[in-house]
Amino acid sequence: MKFIGVDNYTRLFHDRLFWTSVLNTLKFLLLHIPLQLVVALFLAVLLNQKLKAVSFFRASFFMPVIVSGVVVTILWQQLLGYDTGIINRGVTALGFSKVGWLVDPDIAIYSIAVMATWKNVGLYVILFLVGLQTVPTQYYEAAKLEGATRWQQFYHITLPMINPTVFMVVILSTIGGFSLFIEPYIMTGGGPLNKTLSGVLYIYKQAFQYYNMGYSATLGFFYASMIMLVVVIQKKVIEKEV
Amino acid sequence: MKKKFSIGKWLMYVALTVAALSFIYPFIWMIGASLAPLHEIGNMTLFPKNPTLGNFKSMFEKIPIGRSLFNSLFVAIMSTALVMLTGSMVGYALAKMKFRGRELIFFIIVFTMSLPFQITLIPNYITMVNLRWVDTFLALIVPFSVNAFAILMFRQAFQGLPQALIDAARMDGCNELQIVFKILWPNIKPTLVTIAILTFIGCWNEVLWPLIVIRDEKLMTMPQLVTLFSVGGRADSQLGVKIAAAVLLALPVMIAFLFLQKHFIQSMASTGLKD
Repeated sequence: MKFIGVDNYTRLFHDRLFWTSVLNTLKFLLLHIPLQLVVALFLAVLLNQKLKAVSFFRASFFMPVIVSGVVVTILWQQLLGYDTGIINRGVTALGFSKVGWLVDPDIAIYSIAVMATWKNVGLYVILFLVGLQTVPTQYYEAAKLEGATRWQQFYHITLPMINPTVFMVVILSTIGGFSLFIEPYIMTGGGPLNKTLSGVLYIYKQAFQYYNMGYSATLGFFYASMIMLVVVIQKKVIEKEV
Repeated sequence: MKKKFSIGKWLMYVALTVAALSFIYPFIWMIGASLAPLHEIGNMTLFPKNPTLGNFKSMFEKIPIGRSLFNSLFVAIMSTALVMLTGSMVGYALAKMKFRGRELIFFIIVFTMSLPFQITLIPNYITMVNLRWVDTFLALIVPFSVNAFAILMFRQAFQGLPQALIDAARMDGCNELQIVFKILWPNIKPTLVTIAILTFIGCWNEVLWPLIVIRDEKLMTMPQLVTLFSVGGRADSQLGVKIAAAVLLALPVMIAFLFLQKHFIQSMASTGLKD
């Protein structure tokens, strides 16, 4: 092994494709995390209403979580297809023109973010459900006596009480989002115009398509440090909120 | 009061049902499409008009999918068994034995959990190359045979058991291994189920690592083979085969899920609920 000092890092900072992949991953997270939080919390609140068939609903939300990402990706490739995909059929039925969900460079990464949310949200529904069940019912009863509306109860009691779960969901989706690989690998190969090239896909390509092992290891180390930095910042921000 | 209440409930059921359909529909469609002739797949209907097993037949002819199913099962079962063994032995030592450096070892194990896998991906690959394990099952099994999360789970489970149980077993002449596997294991069944499910599913669905260390088609795991078939262009004109492969990949896990639903959900949720 030859020691080359910081050459790999100099290269990294001038590697535009790497920064493109980081930007793509951040765009992905920008939609994925809020969407995941809102949908998971919404479904968990519904499941927490003592309705019937809760275990059926819970199981159906959970189905994509246990199935391989490969299966989910192959499925969604068809759902998002330009000509025959069911989603574009809905879009045209409503009178709009077809959307290039996976071929439009400005949209593709967000389509993947929606798909990833669909795959993972069932897990977060369960986590929120566990969190919701720890909120003592007396709090709601007291609030009702004071005349608080449902929304006020949710905002002033539920949200602060489940703050630890919110934090956990944000962290887990961040770490999961930074690991995005198989979805773009199968669906788009990183295209169109490298707009769905994720960080991990780029690290993989550097190592196993261009055979730059050393450089790829550098990328991996730098990328992982970035993840830890982002998680620490999130922790600080969310803790400040309470 | 009563009326408003029921309208609210009705709306909730509608919302839940729409959500449930959006999660289930794609899977039902997938199974339908795998049984449809190519010209019908594009219709996106749930049930094919002229069902056929043609897609599955040509899948078995075109790619060694049966072989990969065996590989995946073998690798996942071996890894799961090893994780249960190593996890309970290390977990027991950390929970119930006193020795110098115990806290340090525990700290190091926790620390490795917090490292993103991107750091170790390339170094691990290079280790596999140096050991000449590339293109062997060893590369798929050994790196997954010790798992920090499993160790923590076992440690926690053993800590919850009374010391008297261990002392009594020692009096009866059990050695440490017998204590762990004969005396303690029957008392931590939920933990065993959780770890087995998590490890098995994790192994079954892992695809990045096999893509890196296995190039020989005969040794490929099922998700890997299906992935390469899907991106390699071999599937372009064979959408039906691709979907059939996805069905075969999903089916074992889905069937297991139908039977062990509660265990699956509890296990997966516990990965998020620790610490």
